[in-house]
Formats: sequence, structure tokens, C-alpha cells
Amino acid sequence: MSRVPPQKGVAVTTPDADVPSGRQSAAGASADVVKSEIFAAIARGETLATETHASLAGMDAVVEIDGFHLWYGASQALHSISMAVPRGMVTALIGPSGCGKSTLLRCVNRMNDLIDSVRVDGHMRLNGDTIYGRAVDVIELRKRVGMVFQKPNPFPMSIFENVVYSLRIDGERDRGTLEEACEKSLKGAGLWNEAKDRLQESALSLSGGQQQRLCIARAIAGDPEVLLLDEPCSALDPIATGRIEDLIQELKGAYTILIVTHNMQQAARTSDTTAFMYLGRLIEYGPTEDIFLHPHLRETEDYVTGRFG
Amino acid sequence: MSTSLATPPLPPAAAPARALRRPRRRATSLFSAGESQVWLTGGALAMCLLMILGLLLLVVVQGGKTFWPGDLVEVRTHDGRVLLGEVASEERYTPDEQALSALAEDQRARAQTLLGAGEGTVRRRLLRTGNYELTGTHFTWVADFEIVAESHPEWAVLLERQSWGRFYGVPTAFLEGEAVREEPDAAGGPPRALPPRPEMFTRVAEGPAQSWELYEARHDAVRERWEARRELESEATGEVNARIERQRLGVRSVELELEGVPTVKAFKAAVAAEIARERWTVAKAAAAGAGRSFEDPEPAPPPARPASRVGAPAEEAEIFARLAAAMRAEADEAAQAEAEFREIRGRIERLNAENARHVLLFATADGQEKRVPLDEIVRAMAPNQLSTSGRLGVYASRWGEFLGDEPREANSEGGVLPAIFGTVVMTLIMSLLVVPFGVLAALYLREYAKPGPLVSTVRIAINNLAGVPSIVFGVFGLGFFCYTLGAGIDELLFAEKLPNPTYAKGGLMWASFTLALLTLPVVIVATEEALAAVPRSMREGSYACGASKWQTIRRIVLPRAMPGIMTGMILAIARGAGEVAPLMLVGAVKLAPELPVDGTFPFVHGERSFMHLGFHIYDVGFQSQNREAAKPMVYTTTLLLIGLIVLLNVVAIWVRSRLRRKFNAVQA
Repeated sequence: MSRVPPQKGVAVTTPDADVPSGRQSAAGASADVVKSEIFAAIARGETLATETHASLAGMDAVVEIDGFHLWYGASQALHSISMAVPRGMVTALIGPSGCGKSTLLRCVNRMNDLIDSVRVDGHMRLNGDTIYGRAVDVIELRKRVGMVFQKPNPFPMSIFENVVYSLRIDGERDRGTLEEACEKSLKGAGLWNEAKDRLQESALSLSGGQQQRLCIARAIAGDPEVLLLDEPCSALDPIATGRIEDLIQELKGAYTILIVTHNMQQAARTSDTTAFMYLGRLIEYGPTEDIFLHPHLRETEDYVTGRFG
Repeated sequence: MSTSLATPPLPPAAAPARALRRPRRRATSLFSAGESQVWLTGGALAMCLLMILGLLLLVVVQGGKTFWPGDLVEVRTHDGRVLLGEVASEERYTPDEQALSALAEDQRARAQTLLGAGEGTVRRRLLRTGNYELTGTHFTWVADFEIVAESHPEWAVLLERQSWGRFYGVPTAFLEGEAVREEPDAAGGPPRALPPRPEMFTRVAEGPAQSWELYEARHDAVRERWEARRELESEATGEVNARIERQRLGVRSVELELEGVPTVKAFKAAVAAEIARERWTVAKAAAAGAGRSFEDPEPAPPPARPASRVGAPAEEAEIFARLAAAMRAEADEAAQAEAEFREIRGRIERLNAENARHVLLFATADGQEKRVPLDEIVRAMAPNQLSTSGRLGVYASRWGEFLGDEPREANSEGGVLPAIFGTVVMTLIMSLLVVPFGVLAALYLREYAKPGPLVSTVRIAINNLAGVPSIVFGVFGLGFFCYTLGAGIDELLFAEKLPNPTYAKGGLMWASFTLALLTLPVVIVATEEALAAVPRSMREGSYACGASKWQTIRRIVLPRAMPGIMTGMILAIARGAGEVAPLMLVGAVKLAPELPVDGTFPFVHGERSFMHLGFHIYDVGFQSQNREAAKPMVYTTTLLLIGLIVLLNVVAIWVRSRLRRKFNAVQA
């Protein structure tokens, strides 16, 4: 019988490997995890099907992921992920550190191309157009997807120039168009009232929470088909976090949002559907309420109730 | 001090006062406190600072005092010599027996007393006595025991002259010559002005005070005329010469088109003879019209122009026609220039004749009489009468001349303006070359190249390049830029000037190229570091917005890295402006006749040689005849060079700090 270390990390491949130290130091909860059949199957390297709730079937999907694999060099980080991100909704990706949720998110706009050792297999489609294809123009693809990162990363230029950056690189010169887009995006990101009198000031003079909302404004200025949020609140204080969460609620409907979060409460509060990932596998995917209150799998329940992770 | 500060207003006893003091650390040995390395590291830093400050202090003090006018001392020695001059330096030495035994009895006794007081040594002073044309020396050592009388004569005057260096003496009279006379020109030009005859001078003032008054009243006007003459000599004449040269080159370039055609020589001879004959006819008619006699021999009748070769292409005849036209234009220009030269010469003679009327008569300390024309005098003063503010005025005026004038007396006197100019222009051109190249190279290395053994090798090579001795770059610059590239440019564009080189020799452009090469590694390394320091999150943010790699580099990475790039530029300037060795091979010269930037097209003349402060220091300090007089100039020029580099750096640092404020406001 093989054993899985209670936390993230290396899948144990040798069946007889013993990990006494990990078990002894872990709390009693980890004992349940070790008993989990699914985790045992993962440890054995078996493929397993995602538990996708039936209520999600038939929804209009913006991003479709189908049998997607990803390797960093020799080690596989994503195993046969299949899911559909429904239009106009907020989908949260949760799971312990290192489970591959950020990697999956960065696959949608092919940010992983910047890493040389990455190799992918499987299908991913944005509104029906394939993302990983020989003829796909990555630059064009990224213009259709907005992205916000963990740490606010405004560019070292004025607030105005930050927001209209994606228009600028498209060669837009018309002042009127730019100003209109700037106002619309800042209003969309709830930053207009604070920033309208200081558009020409450096974006770096804003506070951390304002900077993150500026990044959201920048991401929605290009009118993206899907908005990727990679732990957008992890570097912010609780008040700024609250404002971002409110903002996500406001953006819902107009934009399809895929959010990675560490914070289960945040996932529960903000999202419509939730996907639970573990060690590179998508374990369970369903409406947020069901995932948190009536998960189909015991492993999901253990995670969302904080028994491990 | 510390006790008085810590003591309360009403000091009751020693005990509470001590309680208020900073708690003293218990006496522990250095090693038990574990901080012995503080002394090691701090000591090393202190040594470095001491050496740097010492160097700076030496340069500032020595360079700063060069122009301060000191008192003039007149000494009479035991052997009857009288010396007048400024004390340049002093030292203690042990005189040899021979010098002492040559003294008279009472003198020797005095010398022995002095020696006894000075523990076997005696002071001697180096007097700058000048008057080189009379004495054959600029400086004289005088030991204290040789002196029988010493004074500070009130009317001892120091002259800084246009040539022959300094002059020390007492003015005795002011001479004024007869008014300028004119004489008709034999060649039919404007009338010639004659300088006053030597016997036609009158003493208009006697004694030092009156003579000095007249000198002060007239010197400015004389110098103005002198300046005007110098301008006529250099600029007006140079301009005419340039026009003649242009015409000559025009003929030569047409001639080059006919290279290999055998009849060119005969053709040119025929045309030249035709032109000569025409001129002769015209001149003869003009002389007859003016009633002058005309005795020039009649030139031989011109030979016939050689016939075109059989089977020569039609263009050849056309080229021959152009050659004849160019030769005619050259002859016209030469005739025109001759008239202009006569005109300029007339004006120069008039200015000279007027200036020659004003002469100061001096008596030197050893009793000789010396006539000094006023236009020879750059600056005169009677230092022993000068107040502090007067001395400050002289000091400022000498600095002004140093910074704003051209050198004279083999660079040991006068100014260094051409050298300042050359240094600044060369450094600027070098920066303009090295920064774009270095930044582009660093961008490729950091942003585009795939890391691997090749890139690592390139990087190591660049770092090693920074350690190559600069003279090697100089040799490379001479061999590649001057003799290969320059020769190629000459053949392509300046063929008519050959065999005189235009670009195939050292010059401003090649010197800038060589120094750009020398400083390239500095810029590349600094830029690479700056690029690496741009956070990954910035680039990702830009890529996520759909920017291409180049857009990301141009809009995000480069602006962020700009302060670091500026740092590289500052280092490059500091290194390049102070470099001398390679410049000696690729274009810096002792004395450049023309500045590399001037008003004639194309304004920046990259092919011209130039003067450079670093090379100037070497030249003045080690190649000068008048070593003692040049020494203070070395310090002053060093001070100036350091100041100039500091200034260039301060400007660059100021720009960088502005950029920093712009880009690094809040975020780390």
C-alpha cells in the first residue's frame, strides 16, 4: 500500500516508501486524508475522472478545457484537466498550494509560453477558437483575455497611460477614444472617483488596493472575453480585499471571470462555480453552493472544511 | 562637554549626574566584543579616503595658487648680482664646501651661523626672474647666505608677454613714435603704412609713475588693435586660403576623371599658358590706363591644345572642356585672392604701425635697458603695490585667460580653451556613439539571446574587454579606424586631396570611435544589470495586455532601466574623458590650428586633430622646455580636468535622479 504525504508536493512513486515523519507531525485530520481512495489513486499515478456536477451541464461556456496536460520539463504539473468556464459567471479555482491552479489560469492566455521548459497537450478553446494551435497569434489571443496578477504591477507611467496601455500598443492615437476608454475602465474598476483628478500622476503614487483596481481597469480596458484573476487579493489588506470582492460582484455578468484564490471564504463569497484541484488534477467541479455545502466527494469536503490544505 | 550637557541645572552631587549619562558599556577587550574587524575594515576605508583626499587637496591647493600674484623680491648677492623676481618655491639644503669656501671671510662666518641654526642646512629660494632673452634662464636659486641685501621695490613690474615668457623690471620712460606715414605701393595696391623710424621716438613720460599712468591709458586700445590684427591673420586669411584650396580641389577632381588619358598634361600646360597670356594683356592695358610703367616680360604664345585621341568617347571632350573651365575659375580665384591678400596685408600693416608707436622703456635689475612695445604685453602689474582686491582682480583675470584663451609659449602660458573644447566635444560624441550601441547589444544579450554557453562566453569576453589596456585600443583605432576605414573614406570621397590624408589620420571622429569602443563594455554591463533588475511582474503585465516583446521593451523595460543605463553612461564618461594613452595615437595633438567645430560647413569637422586636457597635462608637464614654469600649469590643468569630469558627471547624475524619481516613486 502506498502512502501520500499529507500535504502538497511530491507524488510518491515507490509503493513501499515510508513517510513516518510527515505523518507523525501532522494533526489527526491527515489520517483521514491518507485513507482517501482518490488520493491513493493519484499517488499510484492512475488517471481519474473529474467529478463534474450535472447542474453545470449545458451551460454556455466561454473557455473550454478538454483533456489538458502540462509539463515543466520532465515533471507533469497538470493532468488531464477538463472543464468549461460558464459565460458571465465567476469561476473560482481552489486547492492547496502547488496544486496547479495558477498554472491552469496562466494557460488560458498562454503566459506559460514565457517559460522555456513548458510543454502542453490537450485542447483549450476560447469562444470556440483554439488557444493552442500552430496558427494562433499569441499577441491577438492575449488581447482577448484580461489578466490581473497577485502583486499589483502598475507600469511606471501615469494612471491614464496605464489604463489605456492595451489601446496604445494597438496604435490608438485619438485622444477622445483614449479618454473615453480610460473613464469607462476606471468606472468599471470603481476607481474613477478617486483617480479622476490625478490621471496624469504616476500610477505608483496610488495605494496598494488602488493599484490593484488600476490593474483591473487596465485588464478590462481591452474589453476581454474572459478576465483572469490570479489571487488578486493576496497582497492586500482586508479592507482593500473587500473592495476588490465587491468589484468582482459588480463585474460579474458583463465579464466572465476566472479567479484563483487561496481563501475559501473568498471563493464562497464571490464565485458562482468552484473547481477544486489537487496535485495537478481537477477533483471536483460544480456550483459553489454545492461544492461548499454538499460536495460529492469526501476529499472536497475535507478541504473546504479545513481538515487539510 | 558630555558632563556639562548631562548635568542638571542644580548640580547637587556627582552621583545623579552620572546616573543621567549614557550607560557606559563595560570595559571589554576588543576581541571579546567580537568587533575587531570593525577596525580592519574601517581602517581600510580610512586609508582610501586619506589617499583620495590627499590627492584632491594637493591638486586643489597647487592648482589654485598658480595664478595668485606674489610679491616681487629684489636681492643683491655677495658676488654683486642683482636679481628681481617672484619666489616660486623654497627648500632647505646642505651647501657644498666649495660654495662656502668661495665666500668672503665675514660672509662665511654668517653662513656658518645660519648653518648652525638650521642643523647643517640652509634655506634657498627659487626666484622666477624671467627676462629669458637677456639672461638665458627663467629661474634662479638663491641661498640665504649669498644675500647681502633684500628689498621689495615699489615699482618692480611684472610683464606677461606674448613671447619670451615673463619680464621683470622697473619702467623708466614711455616712448611715443612719430605718426604713421604712408608710402605708395609699387604693385599698384593700397598705400603701405610704415612703422616709426627708431630715431623718431620721443620720451612722453619720465619715471615709473608717469610711465605707468600712460601705459594704463593706452594698453587697452593697443591690445584691441592687436586682437584685430590676429583675427585678420588667422580668420580672414584662412577664409581666402580655403577658397583657393576649394578651386584647386575642383581642378583636381576633374583631372581625376581623366586618369590614364595621356594628353592631360599637355592640355593643362596649354590652358595655363593661355590664361597667363590673357592676364598679361589685361595688366598691361591697366598699367597704360593708369599711366604706370609696365615691365613684365611678355609670356611665350601658348602651345596648341592637344587634339583628342582617335576613338575617344564623346564624354572625354566634355571633360576636357570642364577641366579648362575649372582651371580658369582657379586662376580667377587666385587673382581675386591676390587682391584681397594685398588688402588684408595693408590693414595689418596699418594696425602694426600704429601699435609700434607705443613703447615702454624698462630697466632690469642688473642695470640693462629694454624697450618693450605695448602690443607685446598681455598683462602688466606692479605686485608690490597691489592691495588684496587688486590681487584678486589679477587672479580672476588670469583664470579668465586660462579658461577662455588660446595657449602661447609652447602651451606653458596662456589658456587651454581649445583643450577644454576638444575634451568636451570628444566626450559628447563618444557618449552619443557608445550609449545606443551598448544598450542595443545589452538588450539582445539580456532579452533575446537564449542563455547558454555561447552567451556566457560573449559575456565573459565583454567583461575582459573592459580590462584590456587602453593603449591597445589606441593601436587598434589607429590601425583599423584611421588606416583602414579612413583610407577607404578618403579614396571614395576625398580622392582629389590625395596623397594628403583627410580621414586616414588621427582626428576627432576616430578618437571618439576609439573611446566609444573602450567604454562599450562598461555600458553593456551596466545596462544588462539594469535590464535584469526590471521586475518580471512588469513584463508579465505588459505581455498580458497583448504587447509584443519589442513593445514591452520599448514602453516598459527601457524606461524602467533608464537610470541604470545612465549609470553606465556616467561611468563611460568618467573613464573616457580621463583617458589619454589611446588619444595620443588617434588624434590628440600638442597644438591644434583649428577647433573641430566652427562656422564653416559642415560645422563639425570630425577629421580635424584636436587638443585634449589629459594630453595637455602630459605635454606641458613632460615635454616642455620651461619645466619650472610649466609645473604649476600641470596642477591647474589637472584641477580643470577633474572639475570638468565632475561637471559632466553631475549633469548626468542630475538627469538620472530625475528619472529615478519618475519611475521609482512608491513601489519597490
